[in-house]
Amino acid sequence: MVASTNTMEQVNDLAEEKYKYGFVTDIESDTAPKGLSEDTVRFISAKKNEPEWLLDWRLKAYRYWLKMEDPEWAKVKFPEIDYQDAYYYSAPKTSGDGPKSLDEIDPELLATYEKLGIPLREQEMLSGVAVDAVFDSVSVATTFKAKLEEVGVIFCPISEALEKCPDLVKKYLGTVVPYTDNKHATLNSAVFTDGSFVYIPPGVRCPMELSTYFRINAKNTGQFERTLIIADKGSYVSYLEGCTAPMRDENQLHAAVVELIALDDAEIKYSTVQNWYPGDENGVGGIYNFVTKRGACRGRNSKISWTQVETGSAITWKYPSCILQGDNSVGEFYSIAITNNCQQADTGTKMIHLGKNTTSRIISKGISAGRADQTYRGLVRMSPKAENARNFTQCDSLLIGDQCGAHTVPYIESKNKSAIVEHEATTSTISEDQLFYLRQRGIPPEAAVALVVNGFCREVLQQLPMEFAVEAQKLVGISLEGSVG
Amino acid sequence: MLEIKNLHVSVDGKEILKGLNLSVGAGEMHAIMGPNGSGKSTLSYVIAGREGYDITGGRIVFQGEDLTGMEPEVRAAKGLFLAFQYPVEIPGVPNTTFLKEALNAIRRYRGEDELDAMQFVKMMREKTKELGISDDMLKRAVNAGFSGGEKKRNEILQMAVLKPTLAVLDETDSGLDIDALKIVAEGVNKLRSPDRSMLLITHYQRLLDYIVPDKVHVLAHGKIQRSGGKELAMELEEKGYAEFGEAAA
Amino acid sequence: MSSASPTNLSFVDGFDAAGAALPGAELKWLKTLRQSGFERFNDQGLPSSKLESWKYTRLRSLEDTKFLPVTDEDAVASVDLVPSVLPASDSRTRLVFVNGRMRPELWVDGDLPDGVSVECLRDMLTRGADWTEDYLGKIAHADIGNQALLELNTAMMDSGFVLKVEPGVKVEQLIEVVFIGGLTKHPVAYFPRNLMVLGKGAEATVVKHHVGMGVGAYFANSVSEIDVGEGAILRNYMVQAEAKDATHLSTVHVRVARDATYESFNLALGGRLSRNEVNIRLEGTGAHASLNGAFLMRGSEHCDNTTQIDHLSPHTTSREVFKGVLDDQSRAVFQGRLVVHKGAQKTDGHQLCKTLLLSTGAEIDVKPELEIYADDVKCSHGATTGQIDETALFYLRSRGIPEALARNLLVQSFLGEALDEIKSEEVRQAFTDKVLHWLPAACFLSEEWRGE
Repeated sequence: MVASTNTMEQVNDLAEEKYKYGFVTDIESDTAPKGLSEDTVRFISAKKNEPEWLLDWRLKAYRYWLKMEDPEWAKVKFPEIDYQDAYYYSAPKTSGDGPKSLDEIDPELLATYEKLGIPLREQEMLSGVAVDAVFDSVSVATTFKAKLEEVGVIFCPISEALEKCPDLVKKYLGTVVPYTDNKHATLNSAVFTDGSFVYIPPGVRCPMELSTYFRINAKNTGQFERTLIIADKGSYVSYLEGCTAPMRDENQLHAAVVELIALDDAEIKYSTVQNWYPGDENGVGGIYNFVTKRGACRGRNSKISWTQVETGSAITWKYPSCILQGDNSVGEFYSIAITNNCQQADTGTKMIHLGKNTTSRIISKGISAGRADQTYRGLVRMSPKAENARNFTQCDSLLIGDQCGAHTVPYIESKNKSAIVEHEATTSTISEDQLFYLRQRGIPPEAAVALVVNGFCREVLQQLPMEFAVEAQKLVGISLEGSVG
Repeated sequence: MLEIKNLHVSVDGKEILKGLNLSVGAGEMHAIMGPNGSGKSTLSYVIAGREGYDITGGRIVFQGEDLTGMEPEVRAAKGLFLAFQYPVEIPGVPNTTFLKEALNAIRRYRGEDELDAMQFVKMMREKTKELGISDDMLKRAVNAGFSGGEKKRNEILQMAVLKPTLAVLDETDSGLDIDALKIVAEGVNKLRSPDRSMLLITHYQRLLDYIVPDKVHVLAHGKIQRSGGKELAMELEEKGYAEFGEAAA
Repeated sequence: MSSASPTNLSFVDGFDAAGAALPGAELKWLKTLRQSGFERFNDQGLPSSKLESWKYTRLRSLEDTKFLPVTDEDAVASVDLVPSVLPASDSRTRLVFVNGRMRPELWVDGDLPDGVSVECLRDMLTRGADWTEDYLGKIAHADIGNQALLELNTAMMDSGFVLKVEPGVKVEQLIEVVFIGGLTKHPVAYFPRNLMVLGKGAEATVVKHHVGMGVGAYFANSVSEIDVGEGAILRNYMVQAEAKDATHLSTVHVRVARDATYESFNLALGGRLSRNEVNIRLEGTGAHASLNGAFLMRGSEHCDNTTQIDHLSPHTTSREVFKGVLDDQSRAVFQGRLVVHKGAQKTDGHQLCKTLLLSTGAEIDVKPELEIYADDVKCSHGATTGQIDETALFYLRSRGIPEALARNLLVQSFLGEALDEIKSEEVRQAFTDKVLHWLPAACFLSEEWRGE
């Protein structure tokens, strides 16, 4: 059992200093009264100067939510959420209508993002990545806006999009994830505060990677952002999402909704590196990450590709999915999920094949260590009209230590004889042989584990855009050892 | 270089090596031959420091230092290399990444500068050329999907890159056809040098047709039963291990 | 969602009244067992599709039909010829049940060695055979989700067989059990309970044949409890060819001791609704299970195979191969769960389910599941669905084989991987013949094609 003993030690080593994003920014906030009611919903809507139709939609969602039950099928355990014990709106205080340019942003905020490795001043930034920074409930800055506007790309906070292009928002909001979808998504529909909006006009290949960086700072605050990305005919966009939160003893709720729409011949590549605070080694604190992400391949030959590296959160409940409506459309899901200590994750995807010749590919790599429990849950559905549809799923789990669990629950439903579904899953551990072999060649144990784990994840890491790949690779190491990287 | 004195080793509470003595001088090539179950693999693992092989008596001294309790990667850094009987597959990790990690870990330990990507690639090119190994093998994941011969050649390549002072070659000939055997032996011979000792562990004499040892020892029942020159190997080839009580294969 | 309350279900009508008529009414322990089963069934009702393990199979049709208990008249329905999947034999032990009742005049005793007994449970309970108390309801357990059907059977069990093999006894010949249904005027419900107990080092092979002969609707709710002792080997093969309007819900619970082997194959060929739920506990080190099957459905038949294998000890192994062929509007479900418990290191578990859809209206739902709490394990599952390979079909046709025959050959070849898992050669051949018989008529070129 050399493999597990060594690894367990490393895992224990990392407890304290591992989560380097755990600091709190001391900033004055404008906060809604605690608790959830119709007034909270109205408060948020008023804060954002929203049109009547949106307030109505929010209220419908809220009223529906009241009657809904928590989803219970996922293999995660947590005490019942007291929705009245949280704040639903928290924004850094600004004078007047909010910052018009970076110069007006509180320097404390800019410093926060720099500390997180996300400089918001354009001259300091990685060229080729535009960033929308969301701090608690609001977007605090969006970079490279002007450059994007030249080609007609709209990239802004969703609240701004409501002023800029209300028709587009109205046309697509809630069409992929309706407000009745599930309890977390319904709550989001009622109280969502901000998030990014992206519109890529026909034929445009977005000249840079777009990125949103989410940060939960305020205490007892839920984060409910809503992202809407529309890729019009023949367009292409690659979108990156990152997240962190301070270390706090109480759990915080993050119930986001992401809706993607790809029209004819359009392609959306959505990558996430999720590093929310996972709680301490005893499972105290951490984010509840209950997120609904779904993309609709509405057009012919459209493509939506999800890539996720999940290392954070106390509990992850997340199934980035694709509805393959357009003929010949393609859905992809590449995932690395790492759970350690007391983390729980129930994550996977849904590929709903509706159109002809639609194809989907699922590659999932799960790593479970410590006392963590992880489940891959995935649905592949071939509807009667999905002629010649194809799916391939490969789902591998790696267990490190004998106190953790790894589970695989695929659902395969086929109503079309010409559709082909192939599913494979394996579960194994880092073998003693592998570890000894690497150590005999001079590689220390923690580096040896990181090497094997990175090898295990390689297929997925290769899918990430360059800017993210290095960070992700490091994160894979850090999440398990704390000393590598 | 290597001094093993009265070594007793147990695995799962069962004594496998029962007072083994062995002395290998600098630059020497020794062969250890023995029937199945005589403790050959145990010897190679205990020298390399594998967990689960408990030294219950005696000691192993390498370059004047007692190895007992030393981590395997530290032994590697001090110049010890084990060519595995069954090289392990590490899916997804390219051979070059693996070798670079290993080489730089060893160099760090020794207080030497790490090689940068350029230097490393240049060095690798030289080594592969020297050993007649195709670059293709470097891009592939460590041993994953390799044939038996490829795996053994990869071990030799690693030895060439890590430049050990003592190499233990555990059943390097197992699973190889005669052509592959020749290629591997050629590689080993190229890597012989006055400051590198080698310990060749094998069941069969045929490997010794291609690699000529300075000394041959017969290991049986956990002890060196006889030592001699190359002629001892020939004698074993003729008579088998009957004299030493061949354990069931 | 079940709307009928359990007490409204016709087949539990007057449980108390039936109590006196059920075998073993005077046994106190049995009365207690039946009562607790009845209460638990009453609490749960028929499993609804809201339950994860019943997600794809609905039992609504059972609520709509009025099922009567089997009467003495039903029990003596005339059977001219006992159907068999095996070649005729006078020396093979054969048990026959008609409409759930034993038919002694149709039984063949066979040449069983000493130390083996095969009896009718109904007779044993009536006689007060107390050793069954140690097993009935003791092997089956409700730790794994909803077991309402097990509880129902516990309350109502009225027939079935008991096989007991003493330690060290190896039974070489096959033991055949035939259940014939459908020969009644009214829809009937019956509740066979089978018990198989193999002592240390014992060995036996059982071939069960469920067959519908008439056109009547019936509901068979069967439970088997199986205890495979240390180092013992049990091969349990079943063909399920129920009548067109029949519902057969079967639950099997097996516990496998140290170094013992349980092997099963379930060939499902029909019935309006069938479900075979198998739960295996690998309790001792070195225990092995090989759980296989094939389901061939057409019309609007529905077949559900739900399995769970619990690896509870180190060095336990399991292997599962299921193949399905679905034609017309038929539908099948495969749910296979493999659980490796804490401490069950060195577990080796592999599972495979492949399905061929022959028609546009057919549907398959597959849910293979791994649940693992030990790290040093090797577990995998694979699942595929698809249609007959057009290239292979073309290849065969280009060699002069007519299309219908070519299709049959490809289906047969597809099923081969599962049938090959049957260790008993005699049974493998018999089951292969059953598969050929199921395939649509196509002109065979020569006898050679019928080979294995």
